[in-house]
Amino acid sequence: MNQLLAALDWLLDPARYSGPGGIPMRLAEHLGYTALGVVLAAVVAIPLGLLVGHTGRGRGLAVAASGAARALPTLGLVTLFALLVGIGLLAPTLAFVILAIPSLLAGAYSACEAVDPRTVDAARAQGMTEMQVLTRVELPLGMPLVITGIRAATLQVISTAMLAAYVGNGGLGRFIFLGLKTQDYPQMLAGSLLVIALALVLDGALLLVQALTRPRGAVPAG
Amino acid sequence: MIRRTARPIARRGALAALGAGGLASLAAACSSSDPLAEETSDASGGGGGASDAGGGAAGALVVGSQAYYSNEIIAELFAQVLEAAGLSITREYQIGQREVYLPELESGAVDLLPEYTGNLLQYYQADAPSASPEEIAEALAGVLPDGLTALPFAEATDQDSYTTTADFASANSLTAIPDLAGVQEDLKIAANSEFEARPYGPAGVKETYGVDVALVPVEDSGGPLTVKALTDGTVQLADIYTADPAIQKNGLVTLEDPESLILPQNVVPIASSKVDDAAAAEIAKVTGALTTEELIALNTRSIDEQAKSADIAREWLAEKGIVA
Repeated sequence: MNQLLAALDWLLDPARYSGPGGIPMRLAEHLGYTALGVVLAAVVAIPLGLLVGHTGRGRGLAVAASGAARALPTLGLVTLFALLVGIGLLAPTLAFVILAIPSLLAGAYSACEAVDPRTVDAARAQGMTEMQVLTRVELPLGMPLVITGIRAATLQVISTAMLAAYVGNGGLGRFIFLGLKTQDYPQMLAGSLLVIALALVLDGALLLVQALTRPRGAVPAG
Repeated sequence: MIRRTARPIARRGALAALGAGGLASLAAACSSSDPLAEETSDASGGGGGASDAGGGAAGALVVGSQAYYSNEIIAELFAQVLEAAGLSITREYQIGQREVYLPELESGAVDLLPEYTGNLLQYYQADAPSASPEEIAEALAGVLPDGLTALPFAEATDQDSYTTTADFASANSLTAIPDLAGVQEDLKIAANSEFEARPYGPAGVKETYGVDVALVPVEDSGGPLTVKALTDGTVQLADIYTADPAIQKNGLVTLEDPESLILPQNVVPIASSKVDDAAAAEIAKVTGALTTEELIALNTRSIDEQAKSADIAREWLAEKGIVA
């Protein structure tokens, strides 16, 4: 039987859908790690990106820092952090936050930058405060770009979240590592297929959010 | 089996891991088969050793190693002792996993590679039961493909273990694995995920010794992450290779295994038919002197001093009086 069929067979075994090591549990863990990483990164990166985009200050630094952060290999970070703080969820979460920040940051500052400066000037002329300009003009108009950043970050983290299993956690990485190390390639492939499916579903959902948040009348910003 | 490939990266410390990572070693393993084929044809054209005189077929011997730093040191010991005997040697180190290098050995692209008796036996015979080192070596001789020979194995072993901290061992009067049955708290062991499926894993230790342990998967093959999980008390036990310098360095205690639950992994040279009796006799000088303590000392030099395998091997061979 070819490996792909064997992997599908593995996925269709009803026995794998229950218990603490079952597919639903591992899927939930995987989603949880992804959500944790992206949400924590968003709390840091989106306000920072909006600030950079709104004021135009520190843009060079933001671009350089996020570019450099993209080059960091996540497995290396997971190992490095785990050596510092021990095995468990903290080390991979830190690594996922670092993985997610560049996309989120880029999405947020480009959201502000993409807004027509004349619109911003008009808002100021109406007497809006800087905070109102940001929250009522730039953010709504740039929202699709912010969501683009969230989409990119989510996609990256969800495809990397298997590394949580490297340091004693769950998630779909458990199937992948166990399959790899016991030469059970159908299991490894099945784990990978689950990650891919999860990534596609989540990306589709965020695409929908993106379409819904596009402001009426605005030219699609990208 | 694969665990050995992931290990050198972790052992070299976090900085090296930043650059490489366990997954990268897979890619390296895949790409190594082609250059290997070229190397052999190069070697037979250019190599000018003393043994070439006989005929065109007898070119340089190709010595290979796994992508595992300790294995490379052993390979280098073999290479240097053969060079001292006047043979021409081509080195092909850091070849990934058994799936990659065993076909190379079988095809004659590699002539000599240090292996480990138990894991190699189970590669060919997955259900091979654990036994004494001699019985394992005998069984291995029976399953090797035609053209490959297992030369006499060394006393040195580099095998899985149930290892704990000195504190935990003394607090619970532990010297052997069966003593764990008397420990009241829940036992957790840090090991690669495949430990769950190994005969000496949780199921095996329950059956043989009546001990309950739960696996905490840490995928660095007994490397620094596993050692840290043990020393910071996240787990009470860890699967650390017996030739790992970290055991001595951290004052860890490897529990004895009176029933040979864990498969013995003696260092054994696997040779193609190009390795003749004279060459085998040279290799036997190395395996005859290689004990686990010696292997740990060699590994320690690699980790602590970041010394090159060639330097470590040269000095050890001189110290033992094998090569002047």
